Amino acid sequence: MNNKDTLGFLNIDASLYKTRISNKFKNRKPYQPADPRIILSFIPGTVLGIMIKKGQDVKKGDDLMILDAMKMQNKLKCNMNGKVKTIAVKKGDKVSKGTVLLELE
Amino acid sequence: MPINKKIRELQEKREKIHLGGGEQAIKKQKAMGKRTARERIMALLDENSFNEYDLFVEHDARDFDMDKKSLPSDGVIIGSGTIYGAPVAIFAQDFTVAGGSLGLMHSRKITKIMDHALKMRMPLIGINDSGGARIQEGVNSLAGYGEIFFRNTISSGVIPQLSVILGPCAGGAVYSPALTDFVFVVDKISKMFITGPEVIKTVLGEEISMEELGGARVHSEVTGNAHFFAMSEEECFDQIKKLITFIPWNNGQKARMFEPGEPKPEYNINKIVPEDPTLPYDVKDVIRAIVDNSDFFEIMELYAKNIVIGFGRMGGRTTGFVANQPLEMAGVLDVDSSDKAARFIRYCDAFNIPIITLVDVPGYLPGVDQEHAGVIRHGAKVLYAYSEATVPKLTVILRKAYGGGYIAMSSRHLRADFVFAWPSAEIAVMGPEGAANIIFRKEIMSSDDPDRMRKQKVEEYKTKFANPYVAASRGYVDAVIEPSETRKFLMHSIEVSENKDVSMPQKKHGLPPF
Repeated sequence: MNNKDTLGFLNIDASLYKTRISNKFKNRKPYQPADPRIILSFIPGTVLGIMIKKGQDVKKGDDLMILDAMKMQNKLKCNMNGKVKTIAVKKGDKVSKGTVLLELE
Repeated sequence: MPINKKIRELQEKREKIHLGGGEQAIKKQKAMGKRTARERIMALLDENSFNEYDLFVEHDARDFDMDKKSLPSDGVIIGSGTIYGAPVAIFAQDFTVAGGSLGLMHSRKITKIMDHALKMRMPLIGINDSGGARIQEGVNSLAGYGEIFFRNTISSGVIPQLSVILGPCAGGAVYSPALTDFVFVVDKISKMFITGPEVIKTVLGEEISMEELGGARVHSEVTGNAHFFAMSEEECFDQIKKLITFIPWNNGQKARMFEPGEPKPEYNINKIVPEDPTLPYDVKDVIRAIVDNSDFFEIMELYAKNIVIGFGRMGGRTTGFVANQPLEMAGVLDVDSSDKAARFIRYCDAFNIPIITLVDVPGYLPGVDQEHAGVIRHGAKVLYAYSEATVPKLTVILRKAYGGGYIAMSSRHLRADFVFAWPSAEIAVMGPEGAANIIFRKEIMSSDDPDRMRKQKVEEYKTKFANPYVAASRGYVDAVIEPSETRKFLMHSIEVSENKDVSMPQKKHGLPPF
């Protein structure tokens, strides 16, 4: 058999199998539980407006930002009571899905 | 006018239209490393077999100055011909004419040849090379795509449908290939995407080249949208021709028989599979040790390599192979490999092709990404496809067949017609290490030397359960055979299955987990 140097080990049910490991498997991201204090963009788009300032107290239901995506203006509402710790984007920024928009505390 | 003159007039008209978008446009096409639509058809079909239809069709769009534009044949060539004598209907979009854009008449030509293929029950080959919808024709162009998608769907499982991507195929246009049986792509020439790099840049500010976004390699390795990858158009055509020899012309027939031939002696079936179930080998060598002339025609070679699918012949009859590949990711089942195998099983079932399944599977790939990607519903596709398939189903358990993997890989319980196992087979609920850890947990934990005790219990489990004889004693395995007897047993099984007849309960259609 060729390419012996590219073989690694894969653990399935406590057995170690000698085999090639796919890039997809090697590059998979470790799981991270969602943190409700970190607001991520749920869709790719453009930040159209920011209604809050750093350090501001916010309540559940407050408007935080407007994200323009797929020809729709999406209003991002606050899902908890807290304080704005950081705002990670500026008005006009283009963001992809999953980008950190702001952090609450 | 005397007939000779009229014939000359026809010849002149033809020659003019045969130039498509003209010499400048042809030069551009060639500069991209591409052949013209007409050259492609000629290269693919048997010599002098092409009959062209609708050469004189033209658009009648009026808006946006379209009435001043003449688009020869409306940018697509249609007709029928033969490949190694097999009848095929074909269309080829002509990029030199308005970028191969799809307007109403262009789409009507395509749907005409599609209707023809379905009516005459012959394979359809579509060569895609188009910038997309002809914007000037508005909703008519969308209607055209819709009519094509509908026919792709209705013809699915009745006639083989092959899509060849030899240029751009973007936006809605990609859904015609996606609805067909096999998609062929060529390195640096094929480009497929829903939204192109321009839109992605505008919306997201992300820069990506066409090649990285939807090139031939991406669709062969990452997305699984393409089934055959070639380095040149010529190699691509060879693949198409070869595929045509393996498949029947429609679902009412069987594939053509070929002269049988013995496998090559260099594939020594006794020496391919290592005894230790954790050591890898190339399962394609096992297939080559079994099939006629060791000729195995692999499909989706670059995608989800932990499962191998493709065609070979057994005694001259086309047979579909599904095999776990221990060389790649230990041959596990996962989201992508389940998807790949399930669709192929359904292809074989639709077109009367017996399926041989070679089993060496440690189970399913563990991981959050797999669970969250829906390995439950994707994995279920394999169960569904095997259970539903009524073509002859033959299974050979080479080595491991653990847990859910054992059930899924064409087991007796999903109505495999013949199940054979090599003496090296280990048919068990899970691997010995995992099983011993659970069954003998107390003994191992309370032992003075847990490691030694674990090893001892693993051995105990191996001797008792890691073999084919427990399954054979229940009749789940029909015969334990020597590796060298495999071809003989399989050939006989296929022969006696020639007139297999099973009936399924009446229904409109099932609900496969897709």
